[in-house]
Amino acid sequence: MSKFVRQLLPFGSLVLIICILSAFRPDTFLTMDNFLNVLRRSSVYGIIAIGMTFVIISAGIDLSVGSMLALCGMAGAAVMEAMGGANPQGASLVYGTIAGIGVGVVCGFLNGVLITKLRLQPFIVTLGAMSFYRGIALVMRDGQPINIADYKYLGEGSILAVPVSIIIFAVITAAAIFILRYMKLGRYTYAIGSNREAAFHAGVNVDLNLICIYMFIGVLVGIASMIQVSRTVSAQPTAGLGTELDVIAAVVIGGASLAGGQGTIVGTIIGTLLISFLRNGCTLLGISTNAQLIVIGLIIVIAVSVDQLARSKGKELQSTGS
Amino acid sequence: MIETAQEKEGEGRIGLRMEGISKRFGPVQALQDVNLTVHEGTVHALVGENGAGKSTLMKILAGVYGADRGRIEIDGKVRSFTGPEKAIEAGVSMIYQDPDLAEHLTVAENVFLGNEPRGALPFMIDNNVMVNNTAELAENFHFDIEPGAVVAELSTGDCQVAEILKALARKASIIVMDEPTSSLSESEVERLFEIVRRLRSNGISVIYISHRLEEIVGLADEVTVLRDGQVVHSEPMSKLDIATIVRHMVGRELTEFFPARDVRIGETRVKIEGLNSGAKIRDVSFEVGAGEIVGMAGLVGAGRTEVARAIFGIDKKATGKVSLDGKAVTIKSPGEGIANGIAFLTEDRKRTGLCLNLACSWNITLAGLDLIGMSRTISPAKENGIAEKLGRQLAIKWAGADAPAESLSGGNQQKLVIARWLLTESRFMIFDEPTRGIDVGAKKEVYGLLNKLAKEGKAILFISSELGELLGVTDRILVMRRGKLVGNLKTSETSQEEIMHLAAVEEANE
Ligand SMILES: Nc1ncnc2c1ncn2[C@@H]1O[C@H](COP(=O)(O)OP(=O)(O)OP(=O)(O)O)[C@@H](O)[C@H]1O
Ligand SMILES: [Mg+2]
Repeated sequence: MSKFVRQLLPFGSLVLIICILSAFRPDTFLTMDNFLNVLRRSSVYGIIAIGMTFVIISAGIDLSVGSMLALCGMAGAAVMEAMGGANPQGASLVYGTIAGIGVGVVCGFLNGVLITKLRLQPFIVTLGAMSFYRGIALVMRDGQPINIADYKYLGEGSILAVPVSIIIFAVITAAAIFILRYMKLGRYTYAIGSNREAAFHAGVNVDLNLICIYMFIGVLVGIASMIQVSRTVSAQPTAGLGTELDVIAAVVIGGASLAGGQGTIVGTIIGTLLISFLRNGCTLLGISTNAQLIVIGLIIVIAVSVDQLARSKGKELQSTGS
Repeated sequence: MIETAQEKEGEGRIGLRMEGISKRFGPVQALQDVNLTVHEGTVHALVGENGAGKSTLMKILAGVYGADRGRIEIDGKVRSFTGPEKAIEAGVSMIYQDPDLAEHLTVAENVFLGNEPRGALPFMIDNNVMVNNTAELAENFHFDIEPGAVVAELSTGDCQVAEILKALARKASIIVMDEPTSSLSESEVERLFEIVRRLRSNGISVIYISHRLEEIVGLADEVTVLRDGQVVHSEPMSKLDIATIVRHMVGRELTEFFPARDVRIGETRVKIEGLNSGAKIRDVSFEVGAGEIVGMAGLVGAGRTEVARAIFGIDKKATGKVSLDGKAVTIKSPGEGIANGIAFLTEDRKRTGLCLNLACSWNITLAGLDLIGMSRTISPAKENGIAEKLGRQLAIKWAGADAPAESLSGGNQQKLVIARWLLTESRFMIFDEPTRGIDVGAKKEVYGLLNKLAKEGKAILFISSELGELLGVTDRILVMRRGKLVGNLKTSETSQEEIMHLAAVEEANE
């Protein structure tokens, strides 16, 4: 129940922002189009943030997600082009999508293996990977994007008027909540993050679980990447610059602790939406993208420090269970 | 020693008076209207069952928690602490069970942490002064410690000495020790007692918490007993004995401490042959029968835990043959150990036992999710039910199975780990210091439990540093010295002296 209280703050801020914007810009903000737009844009970040939640709960970090986002997109698009020629259609788009996601899996696997088998710190491994994957994405086409004009379904398509990307986001959210709450992988993620030694001594296969976690975020980055490519109908080697920080911010605002053992998917979703609506609101209110950075920076620090304060005050009361 | 202390006590000035202290954690009333009076220059023992509120009372004194009600008087002045710094200023220092020192700094640097002598230039630290002052302080109290040693390389006992020095450097007049001996070796315990007595003769009051009542008899001037958050008794030690203290602690007579062993030992369940591990363990071989409780004695550092780690697959490079029920098994990880029906309760619950910020129920089921049919999906309701049941069986005191493990008292945390391994229903169970930090009543329950598990036909290896409990509970005792097995004795035909001799005395001759 204390988890619930902790999420009250970001959730409250989210509601507050929505109310303020509704009051000030009812005509532009309070429209279905705008909401769907915000959600669609959130889906890319949100999907990655879900993976990052697992990684952070396990007391790890993945700094390479932005670069991976670019690499998956470039790889997927390259496969589409190679199979479908100048204007790929149909099956080649499907294969390209699978290939893009596959590259994410491989990247995550590499990160996971380096972290567990060489016993390197996640920060260091993924810092290196961040540069490495970005480099490959840039070298592939000498820094040029790959345009796939008809790759629209993931980004623009909809089922019963609901955008496909939002449906994917929702399905992944539900699946992640289930894994984290009701499956061993989720339980072990918490245990490893809380006390890796204790988990190991209780028979948890720590290495295997960590590799799974990094592969999981790899899959999610792959999916997010293909949605991104589809939205812009092109794969950019510079895509996702700084994404890792936005995503980590969303997870942390959602109540996860970088020390591990703590965090929830619902919190992360709230954190993601908070940042998205903030961006959207700033734009609608005519605040420049540059100034938005200041606002977001402030929000991160305020959210986390209030959370910390509440936590240290409530520390003695943790077992109240009320 | 004791006489002089009592003379002092007659005329003794009151150093600390805590009055009407109450503290509530959510639904748990941890302390209720507690009064505690400590005379200057005495050793005051604080005893009570697990969860009685001892640590909480001391944390209030040390400014870690605020009391809901009550007042604290030190040297006749009313004090209210808003944080540990304020308590330290007022002369209260706390020595925790796991020393909290900066590992990479030297003893001297730790002693003067936050209080460094100024060097020639601003922001410079005068290292010489620091080292010399530390050495002088150690000298004054006859402590034997190297001021320049790096803390990470010290033994637990030396770390405690460093902590005590730190307290002395801060001019502490009251030093609180919360279960200081639970991870010390025999000789370190002796040294600590010596230090405590020296502190006392220098006019410092020591508040001493321990579950080892024999220690208290020889050390304390006065004893206060807490039960369920209330003081039930407070009297000079000279008027008390262990049985009386125990009666006050548990509120009833506690008889027949060790269970009667009437188990028939069956066929060999566990056979270890030629076990080698690390630089230490050499050629260890032994057997444990079904229904047999085999003890393992030895000094701290003799390699008892290493043997267990090697069997359980933690030290992967270990060699040797392990057979269970006649079948040879290879175990390369704790997971495989559990799958083969081995349980290993580790000695250090904080480091290798519990995920402190996670729910009690999660901690209990961590090793056994597969065994309770939750390898695919976990049913939280069912899981909670299982945890609650084990909690009742072991009389764990908690706000509920979903409370975080860190909210439990030390002894109840220990029961949590015991519950975890009960759940796995293993055929070979290794218990490494299972009674560390638990109270007399709970100890008796654990002994009874070992007995019951043996009756069910399990093979049990019981590692302990307390010879008394080994002699009381086991059928056979293995003695380790420097990584080798030097004795395999029938419990009914051996004695404390023989074991000590094998474990230690000969070492001196080597
Ligand atoms: N931070 C906390 N949050 C909630 N409950 C707590 C907290 N700390 C202690 N308690 C509860 O207060 C009671 C007293 O705990 P305390 O740690 O003082 O016991 P103790 O006498 O030191 O026991 P032990 O001998 O096992 O160490 C227990 O019921 C415990 O669960
Ligand atoms: Mg305690």
